[in-house]
Amino acid sequence: MEGGFGSEFGAAGEKLDPGLIMEQVKVQIAVANGQELLQRMTDKCFRKCIGKPGSSLDNSEQKCIAMCMDRYMDAWNTVSQAYNSQLQRERANM
Amino acid sequence: MRGEVIIPRRASCWQTREGRSRGRAVCPEPVMEASSPAGLGATDPQLQHFIEVETQKQRFQQLVHQMTELCWEKCMDKPGPKLDSRAETCFVNCVERFIDTSQFILNRLEQTQKSKSAFSESLSD
Repeated sequence: MEGGFGSEFGAAGEKLDPGLIMEQVKVQIAVANGQELLQRMTDKCFRKCIGKPGSSLDNSEQKCIAMCMDRYMDAWNTVSQAYNSQLQRERANM
Repeated sequence: MRGEVIIPRRASCWQTREGRSRGRAVCPEPVMEASSPAGLGATDPQLQHFIEVETQKQRFQQLVHQMTELCWEKCMDKPGPKLDSRAETCFVNCVERFIDTSQFILNRLEQTQKSKSAFSESLSD
């Protein structure tokens, strides 16, 4: 990012709104997180559902992948909640 | 800081105008409190706070990604129509044990460093 945080002007000399920058950064972070999730989910579900790769994804493999995706999301949410609770507990103890 | 887990440093170091003029990237330190990182003093405090908060959030997200991946290997057999209670309990335990492991490693490392006086001398600054 030309100029970086702290400069008031963009590359074209326009005045930058910090609020806008923050919103754009948040969006970029959200997109990156989504991509990360997708990448790991694809990896895990491929391992679980595809045995010997055939010439196409058969019905059972597709069903498995679909369920796997949902379970991975469930797992992600469970982990997120558990970690969050743990952090709260640690902060309370400090 | 007591209670902090080892969080892999994945957050990028924010290039600030000040950092560039000093010829180095200024990397925000892991913060639980809202203290300002050294070197970012000249930055808009609103943006500075924003960076701290977002960095913290990102560390959290990264750890969730990492733990989900690890715990999936340990807790999931075949993906079913729903997450059964046994698997769910396993995930919760997994998260807590992972954090315990991280803390254990930190503590033991600290202990072994204290007992070796030459080691701790070289580390103190």
